[in-house]
Amino acid sequence: AAADAAVMPSLKTLRGQLAALSIAAVVILIGVPLWWRTTETYRAWLPVSQIQELANLQLQLSADVEVVFARGTVTPEQQKKVPLTLTQDDEHVVDGDLRTTICDLMVTKYEGCKVSNVLNSFVSRGHSVEADLSLHTLSESPCGSLVVYVIPESSSLLPEDVDVYVGQRRTALLRIGAQTRVGRTLEQLLSHLEPRVKQVLQVMSFSHTDITAALSDRVRLSPGNKESIADSMRAFKSSPGYEITFSLLNPDPKSHRLHWDIEGAVQTYIQPLLRKLAPLANFSIDSQTLYYAMLGVNPRFDSSRSAYTLNSDSLAHVINPVEARLGSNAASSNPVLNFLLYVPDAHHSPLHINDHKKQEVPSNAFHSPRWGGIMVYNVNDFYGPEAAFPVDINIDMAKVMGVFLAQLRLLLGVQSSAPPPRFLVAPCSSAGIADWELDRLMWSRSVENIATATTTITSLAQLLDQIGNIVINDNIAQQVSSAVTSLQLAVAELESGNLRFALQYSKEAILASERAFFDPSLLHLLYFPDDQKFAIYIPLFLPMCVPILLSLLKIVSDARQRRREKHAKAD
Amino acid sequence: MAAHRCSRSALLLILCGLTLFTAADSQETTVNGGHHASAVKNPQTSTETADQTTEQPAVEERRWEATEVEEATPDDAAADKQDSPVPETVVLTSVPQPKDDFQEELVIRPLHSGDIYASFQFRTVWETDFTRGNKVSHYRLFPKSLGQVISKFSVRELHISFTQGYWRTMQWGQPFQPAPPGAELWVWFQDSVTDVDSTWKELTNVLSGIFCASLNFIDSTNTVQPSASFKPLGIGNVTDHRFLRYATLPREIVCTENLTPWKKLLPCGSKAGLAVLLKSEKLFHSSFHSQAVHIRPMCQDWECKTTSWELRQTLNVVFDLHTSAQGKREWSLFKMFSRTLTEACPLASSSKIYIDITDNPEGEQFEVSPATPLLSQASVLGDRRTFSVYDLTQQITFGTVRSLNLLIRWKSSEGDMLRPLLHGERYVAGYGLQTGEIHTLMYNYHPYRSFPVLLLDSVPWYLRLYIHTLTVTSKGKDNKPSYIHYQPSKDRVRPHLLEMLVQLPPNSVTEVTVQFERALLKWTEYTPDPNHGFYVGSSVISSLVPSIVAMDTNSTRERPLFSSFFPCKEESSYFVRVYTEPLLVNLPTPDFSMPYNVICLTCTVVAVGYGSLYNLLTRSFQIEEPNPGLAKRIANVIRKMRGVPPL
Repeated sequence: AAADAAVMPSLKTLRGQLAALSIAAVVILIGVPLWWRTTETYRAWLPVSQIQELANLQLQLSADVEVVFARGTVTPEQQKKVPLTLTQDDEHVVDGDLRTTICDLMVTKYEGCKVSNVLNSFVSRGHSVEADLSLHTLSESPCGSLVVYVIPESSSLLPEDVDVYVGQRRTALLRIGAQTRVGRTLEQLLSHLEPRVKQVLQVMSFSHTDITAALSDRVRLSPGNKESIADSMRAFKSSPGYEITFSLLNPDPKSHRLHWDIEGAVQTYIQPLLRKLAPLANFSIDSQTLYYAMLGVNPRFDSSRSAYTLNSDSLAHVINPVEARLGSNAASSNPVLNFLLYVPDAHHSPLHINDHKKQEVPSNAFHSPRWGGIMVYNVNDFYGPEAAFPVDINIDMAKVMGVFLAQLRLLLGVQSSAPPPRFLVAPCSSAGIADWELDRLMWSRSVENIATATTTITSLAQLLDQIGNIVINDNIAQQVSSAVTSLQLAVAELESGNLRFALQYSKEAILASERAFFDPSLLHLLYFPDDQKFAIYIPLFLPMCVPILLSLLKIVSDARQRRREKHAKAD
Repeated sequence: MAAHRCSRSALLLILCGLTLFTAADSQETTVNGGHHASAVKNPQTSTETADQTTEQPAVEERRWEATEVEEATPDDAAADKQDSPVPETVVLTSVPQPKDDFQEELVIRPLHSGDIYASFQFRTVWETDFTRGNKVSHYRLFPKSLGQVISKFSVRELHISFTQGYWRTMQWGQPFQPAPPGAELWVWFQDSVTDVDSTWKELTNVLSGIFCASLNFIDSTNTVQPSASFKPLGIGNVTDHRFLRYATLPREIVCTENLTPWKKLLPCGSKAGLAVLLKSEKLFHSSFHSQAVHIRPMCQDWECKTTSWELRQTLNVVFDLHTSAQGKREWSLFKMFSRTLTEACPLASSSKIYIDITDNPEGEQFEVSPATPLLSQASVLGDRRTFSVYDLTQQITFGTVRSLNLLIRWKSSEGDMLRPLLHGERYVAGYGLQTGEIHTLMYNYHPYRSFPVLLLDSVPWYLRLYIHTLTVTSKGKDNKPSYIHYQPSKDRVRPHLLEMLVQLPPNSVTEVTVQFERALLKWTEYTPDPNHGFYVGSSVISSLVPSIVAMDTNSTRERPLFSSFFPCKEESSYFVRVYTEPLLVNLPTPDFSMPYNVICLTCTVVAVGYGSLYNLLTRSFQIEEPNPGLAKRIANVIRKMRGVPPL
């Protein structure tokens, strides 16, 4: 009976323990997965590993350089021995922290005297511009490649003090140096040529500094080099489109009735350049006239010159009151390049801009990095003796557009560093931009686009990784993967030297990555975070889980006690 | 064991508390993050947050550089047209005729209540074509922002108005440009637009940015396509109302931030001309303020060979006698606007001030100084009115003091206003929070003529109209509408649209009633102050009212701007649009902390039920020795001390 009495309660407790265990099992096996499944947020699959691969940003740029020897530079025997291609690697690590590696690859193709006859005919005539043009028609070089013609030292094609002539297209003439006369070995000749071809390449397609500037978002620039920072920040950032706005500011419509033939001027001066730049971005142009638009500073009167002057340190305050009236384009979100033509009012005229050395700026214009340019146009010479206000004034658009065109080139990043000594750069064509300048721009824009798109995609991936509540819809995943694919394609095209396709893919990558990043659906669940959910769950979970936990603990401690007792019995 | 269990649960509770606290902290940060993210949402600002930080130094480092143009660029470009040398800047002998024209006008009408009504109109007409494919991109007087909007969204006509206050037709007569309280926007798109709804959505967002208003709250739930009430006011007989969108925001508050962008559209800004009078601290200290922008294509001549675009900016304001004039019946420009006029806008081809002196032919009612010899007559709103005209382009108007300060001094307060022939009112009847009834009253004060009116009602979906209860009665008799267009609402998708053509008998009141039921909203659909009530936009009554005088039907003749807004098709009638009051309806409003309370309560009930069930299942019950009572225990302690065996 005593044994029975001992068994009876243990059976009862066993039943209780089993019940507790089965309830815990139901809660864990059914309840938790059910809760988990029903409160899950939808997250589509993202190519995370590929994104991480891209984040390293290892770019390899390769440019085809064709070197053509004119007659008189190599002997026929040497010509036969000239290697067909020569590949040169040049690796720069732009920034160690971000593991951004740029690897320049220069594929140099040596070609024999295929065209030397044509060249020689020009050598005799001695006209380099014509030579440049006809050489271009002779061998149409694709976008991003270069042809270097090596001409003998004695050639009269180039002036005496010039060694390298850079043409308007993708060609350059290189005068062979005095130390490599005919009769030297081919190796000597090639090793002499190599650094000089490289120099030409740096002028005409891309240099280390260009690429660093294009990557300025990712790379911390060394603080000492202020000039290069200013240079790199002047141009607008790469964007799929730009809005160009010309504004005529007439602060004094009572005295001046201004007429400007902006339509004609845009057709004549701006459109040729933009047509050339069309592969780079879409441009749209508009113009407006703003009346009673004042500058933000009062110009000081300089009695020695009997003119009003604006000092360079006050230029920074000029724009602000005008900018409020310029207005942004309501119908697009591309960056705006502003070009203002300011006609000073009759009482503050003439107005001149002084530079840092208190000297008058000859163009009477200035520009602001990544914003636009302003030109002051004085009209006081045309008042005439009788001066019947308002005076009708027709603005000389050639003068104005000359300044604006120069500013536009700067702001778009066309203009680059001065050529090295003994270089002669051909004057611009009517389009305002040479082919190799466009190539240069395309190189740096492709690199910049790739860098920007990579940063966008990487930070999006990081954000989505950090905040688990964000719903990732299928369309976002699709945008992300298309951006990744375009990025990979762009990198591959850069590697193989197809500049035009590389730019195209990099633009697509930027568009897709931005669309994914700024998709409004990513914001929806940000306001419904975990802690709020738990605040609601706690009244349910706490009273449910506490008894289960406690009874589980009790079961464990009972089991342990029983084992101890068993041990004691065994002893 | 019990103590052990107790300390465990206390620990758990503390842990929970801690998680709650940390949860609150992290919640704050995430909310901030959310705001940040929404701030960067605009792709224009920056590509991403990482970008922003790196861009910061760029802004500080922004430098101004002189432009060097020693490059051969421009010379070369110029050299291309060397054969026709560009002339040096010369004073022109032949000025190119500008294709755009700007006019400004102010009408002042003394009202019989002693209030004063001032109506500004600015009109820019531009001979250009937005409709064809060619891109318009060079702007002179026409504002660039609006031009870009018209060409991007293929807009044929755009009418937008912002109004603060309600126009009291019975006291003030008809306004020159009627507008409902709040914001109103109606747009006719060109028939080349394929997806009107998405274009409309984009357009409202852009306009919301331009005018600094909450037009972005216009969506499908408050947009309707009226079939008859809103016809194009410009040229083009498009009647396919698929291309029309109409929306009102009766709740919109109009203030300075809407006036500033409106003034920026004027060529002279607020620097010269009549616009110098538009100072916001005076304009918004008034009984009624309404500003509007109307864009429409116009005929340039009688045969309509050339078309042009007209931008009309209007601003109507009624100054209150008691608040602004301290009860004295005396008005001056300076008193009204705290400014006087010194010049016309130099770009304006005409700049005039009209003062309505029709009721004051011999100067017995009020006196206007300085006096002007110029008088003008115009038939406006079915009446021939006489105006004194001040032409600001003439230097003589400003006199010797070189400033114009018009003064109106009342002599007597008698006189009777011509009662407007058409008037509308609206109210909600009924009690409780379940059902109600909308009453719309339309008054025809014409002594012997009856005329038809078009009534447009757009009611939000959360008032469920019972259209079978629609009754129209006039003079106690049933008045059957000759045309009814009703589009039922869809919950959370589109509002009710009710349009009908009703004949108003002479000298009568016509009452339109319809019953409705109030819907229950989801708790996120309530506005931040749901107990304020929900607005229902004004009804619109449009009508051709028989005119006493012959109206001018020639739309191209030079006329004062205020009389040329609505085109007149026939001489015997004129077009009037009357807006009723907006309605404020209370909806059943829950206690918004309720969901959490309900969750807590349910959870507690579940927990209690579950807990007892759990105990029943897992506990083993046994009879325990009853505890000795307190007295017995004390007795035992005493006995122990005494050395006696316990009880």
